[in-house]
Amino acid sequence: MVTRLPEAGLERAGRLGPAIAVERRAVRCGRPSGGVMEDERSFSDICGGRLALQRRYYSPSCREFCLSCPRLSLRSLTAVTCTVWLAAYGLFTLCENSMILSAAIFITLLGLLGYLHFVKIDQETLLIIDSLGIQMTSSYASGKESTTFIEMDKVKDIVINEAIYMQKVIYYLCILLKDPVEPHGISQVVPVFQSAKPRLDCLIEVYRSCQEILAHQKATSTSP
Amino acid sequence: MVLKAFFPTCCVSADSGLLVGRWVPEHSSAVVLAVLHFPFIPVQVKQLLAQVRQASQVGVAVLGTWCHCRQEPEESLGRFLEGLGAVFPHEPWLQLCRERGGTFWSCEVTHQQAPAAPSAPGEDQVMLIFYDQRQVLLSQLHPPTVLPDRQAGATPASTGGLAAVFDTVARSEVLFRSDRFDEGPVRLSHWQSEGVEASILAELARRASGPVCLLLASLLSLVSAVGACRVFKLWPLSFVGSKLSTCEQLRHRLEHLTLIFSMRKAENSAQLMRKVNMLASVLLDVALGLTLLSWLHGRSRIGHLADALVPVADHVAEELQHLLQWLMGAPAGLKMNRALDQVLGRFFLYHIHLWISYIHLMSPFVEHILWHVGLSACLGLTVALSLLSDIIALLTFHIYCFYVYGARWGAALGRPWAWGPADARRAGPSPQLFIGTLLFTILLFLLPTTALYYLVFTLLRLLVVAVQGLIHLLVDLINSLPLYSLGLRLCRPYRLAAGVKFRVLQHEAGRPLRLLMQINPLPYSRVMHTYRLPSCGCHPKDSWGALCRKLFFGELIYPWRQRGDKQD
Repeated sequence: MVTRLPEAGLERAGRLGPAIAVERRAVRCGRPSGGVMEDERSFSDICGGRLALQRRYYSPSCREFCLSCPRLSLRSLTAVTCTVWLAAYGLFTLCENSMILSAAIFITLLGLLGYLHFVKIDQETLLIIDSLGIQMTSSYASGKESTTFIEMDKVKDIVINEAIYMQKVIYYLCILLKDPVEPHGISQVVPVFQSAKPRLDCLIEVYRSCQEILAHQKATSTSP
Repeated sequence: MVLKAFFPTCCVSADSGLLVGRWVPEHSSAVVLAVLHFPFIPVQVKQLLAQVRQASQVGVAVLGTWCHCRQEPEESLGRFLEGLGAVFPHEPWLQLCRERGGTFWSCEVTHQQAPAAPSAPGEDQVMLIFYDQRQVLLSQLHPPTVLPDRQAGATPASTGGLAAVFDTVARSEVLFRSDRFDEGPVRLSHWQSEGVEASILAELARRASGPVCLLLASLLSLVSAVGACRVFKLWPLSFVGSKLSTCEQLRHRLEHLTLIFSMRKAENSAQLMRKVNMLASVLLDVALGLTLLSWLHGRSRIGHLADALVPVADHVAEELQHLLQWLMGAPAGLKMNRALDQVLGRFFLYHIHLWISYIHLMSPFVEHILWHVGLSACLGLTVALSLLSDIIALLTFHIYCFYVYGARWGAALGRPWAWGPADARRAGPSPQLFIGTLLFTILLFLLPTTALYYLVFTLLRLLVVAVQGLIHLLVDLINSLPLYSLGLRLCRPYRLAAGVKFRVLQHEAGRPLRLLMQINPLPYSRVMHTYRLPSCGCHPKDSWGALCRKLFFGELIYPWRQRGDKQD
């Protein structure tokens, strides 16, 4: 079967000579038009805070979405510290025990460190790689990173779902995982961007890009 | 499908040669295990690969060529490398190239035959995924994927692509046995090519473990034989042995030690981890016990403790007597039935008097008893704690008696509730009905008095149960903590892997996508959950809800295990 060879491949096939006259289809990866496309846009989350979505298109099969949450505000930090210390001072005037003041300082410091390390998420990243999988990373304010990787075999689909959150109904993006037992069933729903909670416009951007890659993945996958 | 080439980071700076590895067609991934350098004789290479395939059951083959040179490969080298494709036929044929001293990577994939469904030309892409060979070899994925098929090259399609990569690297240890100082026919580059990793201590331990295990296993079998002998099966000893938590803890530890020093090798890594965790738990136990022992026996602390014990017991007895005096009066303003009140009060006062006499009788021997109990700490802190819990149970036996009397009395009073008006109606008017109603009325009016006594003694009993529960919780913690797994997670996090994570490396236009694959370690909570050791059933069986229900209906809360309650 004769296939159309690109220019460079044809040249190379000719040089090898008649000894190795095998039909070949030489393929080169990484088209010159590909590259790292980066762009940044600003969105808002469900409470009205500012979010920055950074998109990086490494290649047609690999895309990354990075959502930055608003940082810890100095105002709230000052307010909490002042409240705790005023309460401690009030107790001190009642009990005349200076341990209360040192305990209050200790508690404030430990509380702040614990909050930065375990609670405050600075950035959430979604990396989708065709035929490999989807990776979600949360970076905390103290530098800690927590990563989850889901293989592409387990991913059924990415959808935007609605949920009741406190007194609101919000949209969120989630990954549906296949059920190993039942072919049309869903074993788990994994929400994405849980702490950033962006609004629908941001979600639609991410959803469209992910669907392009998933469609490509389904078209070229060898297993049914 | 995008072709994924897994390339070890140790071979990034290796000289040009052939790529040796395994091709997984279901996931379109090529796992490169080593680089074979020039010069080589193709026949010898094929022999070596056949040997490796035989020994490891992994379908190792030559996947392509690796070129590490100064600039773009010259014409002759290019032709030579392509010619190799004919000597070692493989579908598809990979050609990786890296510029020395630069970040220029290129990758070409050549297919011998046109694929069944030809996509548009140039659609195929290649992804380079770098992995740390040593970490992937030593790590263990959780949950472990069972690969039943062990024929060469066969992997069930249901397993993920990454599990196949881990499995391939783990099973190809045979390939990594030779290093560059060996005088073999071929020169390979892999993670051990600078020198095979080995530890003198590990080797010595392995050699010594045989005879040591034999000796200790025979000793332990002797001890179990003594423990299983006829004397202990007779009634008083067997009853006591099954009720005391100390005996249970000793039995549990003996089981652990027998398992650790058994001559059978661990079948899989989970069993090996369990053995090592048990050993670490026993060692921690003994270390803590010896610390307690040295603390107790220093500075005559035992003497101080013994001296303090009798006054404390006296104080407790006095407080209980005051409590009973209060109940015999008008407690909290409640009006009690005088006669019953006096009877119950005097009965319980006599009990306390008996108990105090018993304590005073024991007082000269307390120090000796404590000294010997302290010695038991060298068997382990858990044994000492179980002994403490048993002593508390024995010392507060009188409270237990009061509680039992109160419960039984309450149950006796409660029974007439079941035999109520409905039954009376069915029986019809009769002398039995008259007597029954009379009895019922009397018992009804006596109920508040007994209920109050029951309440007070139940609260005391709950206090004792709480203290015992805390001690048993501590014992359980030491018994079931998987110390070795936690230490491994702390010091060698790549050994226990929950999964992998990828990082995109610097990407340029026209180059293949390069990713770095790293191990994502298991979180501590999952380490505890997966590797925690089974605990013995000495702790209180009931959950809080069941406990409350028992209290309300007057059922007994036993301070020890019941037969048939054994927890695996």
